[in-house]
Amino acid sequence: MKPRSITLTVNGAKRTAAAEPRVTLLDFLRGPLGVTGAHMGCEHGVCGACSVLVEGEPVRACLMFAVQAAGKAVTTVEGLAGSDGEPSPLQEAFRDAHGLQCGYCTPGMLIAAQALLDENPDPDEADIREAIGGNICRCTGYVQIIEAIKLAAENLREAAQ
Amino acid sequence: MKPAPFDYFAAASADDAVRLLAEHGDEALILAGGQSLVPMMNMRLARPSVLIDINDCDEMKFMAADGDGFAIGAGTRQKDILKSAETCTAVPLLLKALAFVGHVQTRNRGTLGGSIAHGDPSAEMPLVAVTLDAAISLRTSNGERTIAASEFYSGPMSTERAPDECLMAVSFPLSTGAGTGFHEVSERHGDFAIVSAAAEINLDAGGKCASAAIGIGGAHPHPVKALKAEAILVGEAPSDALIEAAAEAATDGIEAMDDVHATGAYRMRVARVLAARAISDALAEAGL
Ligand code: FES
Ligand code: FES
Repeated sequence: MKPRSITLTVNGAKRTAAAEPRVTLLDFLRGPLGVTGAHMGCEHGVCGACSVLVEGEPVRACLMFAVQAAGKAVTTVEGLAGSDGEPSPLQEAFRDAHGLQCGYCTPGMLIAAQALLDENPDPDEADIREAIGGNICRCTGYVQIIEAIKLAAENLREAAQ
Repeated sequence: MKPAPFDYFAAASADDAVRLLAEHGDEALILAGGQSLVPMMNMRLARPSVLIDINDCDEMKFMAADGDGFAIGAGTRQKDILKSAETCTAVPLLLKALAFVGHVQTRNRGTLGGSIAHGDPSAEMPLVAVTLDAAISLRTSNGERTIAASEFYSGPMSTERAPDECLMAVSFPLSTGAGTGFHEVSERHGDFAIVSAAAEINLDAGGKCASAAIGIGGAHPHPVKALKAEAILVGEAPSDALIEAAAEAATDGIEAMDDVHATGAYRMRVARVLAARAISDALAEAGL
């Protein structure tokens, strides 16, 4: 099928590229747009490594076609850091609490955690487990990821006071 | 792990969607939330040559009382159903089951109609529809028909929907005041159920079961309404022995599947245990 021109906003910037309808949002970001933060794991919706925010909500980028994201605002892990490239408070907390080892799952974990914190500044452990329930990590055993998200929430609440 | 080529049309309205379906016939599939269809396309288990995207059809996203039922548009996202206090009161069983459906990321895209039309034998939404015998409305470019959910499924991922029909809405009987229960066994929370059981029970003023809806998912090639279990409960005063008898009857007619996750014998046994739990929960909630 013929490629079509697709324009969407990625991390605040308008981006346009051509893609066939069968190109997933994940492949579109990683390929023609060169935004490689969202990782490709299973490509069939079970691992969560490809999580991105579409209009502020976390979705699996491997289960959406790029044409469906035309005109929408997409945030990838690259969009979490400050404009100077400084890690966000959530990213700092992942570093401080050892919330990652190999880092493969981390972009998806960060996106899922950011979506949680945007909605709920004071999540309990059950909320955190629910929020990252769709993201698989093969390294950490999840405990430090949960601690990192708790730490980020604490730090953000303190900073807000 | 990439889908085969297909042509893509974004339907602007439900009429547009059925017109496109009529035009492209059985080459075409409706793309709703894509949380079941796209994995199958990525694995090349499904190779539609045309996709008709209904995500922009706002008229297919609604939740509203309609006569003695509560209708939910096929395009309504699972996350929106979970957030709806009105739906929670009108169809409490749906809310209980949704807690077992997928994850945040999949519920943000996944729709009620998509799950019901896809008809995975282990999926929770088809089980709720069959248990409550919801009315499923299907539209073609020539008109609309309604089919009972208990007659909609014919096998794993196969339904009575004709290739040119688009699922428009599902109307659940209003169950305000009923007690409900939903239990399932899966490998991890959010995964498809190996077996699941749903129950909804109303008690009369004398404490007897005025009505009972029981269903079993994941065991048979499609969700099953446990008519025999329902008949055992209705008109009777609940007791442990009655719950046990109903749970025992809940697998009547089920031919449980063997697969890599579990044997059929395991499924039969677990189905009865889960049915008893779902019935007990429903009775407790109904005020027993
Ligand atoms: S790559 Fe999308 S969920 Fe695994
Ligand atoms: S840190 Fe390696 S998969 Fe999570």
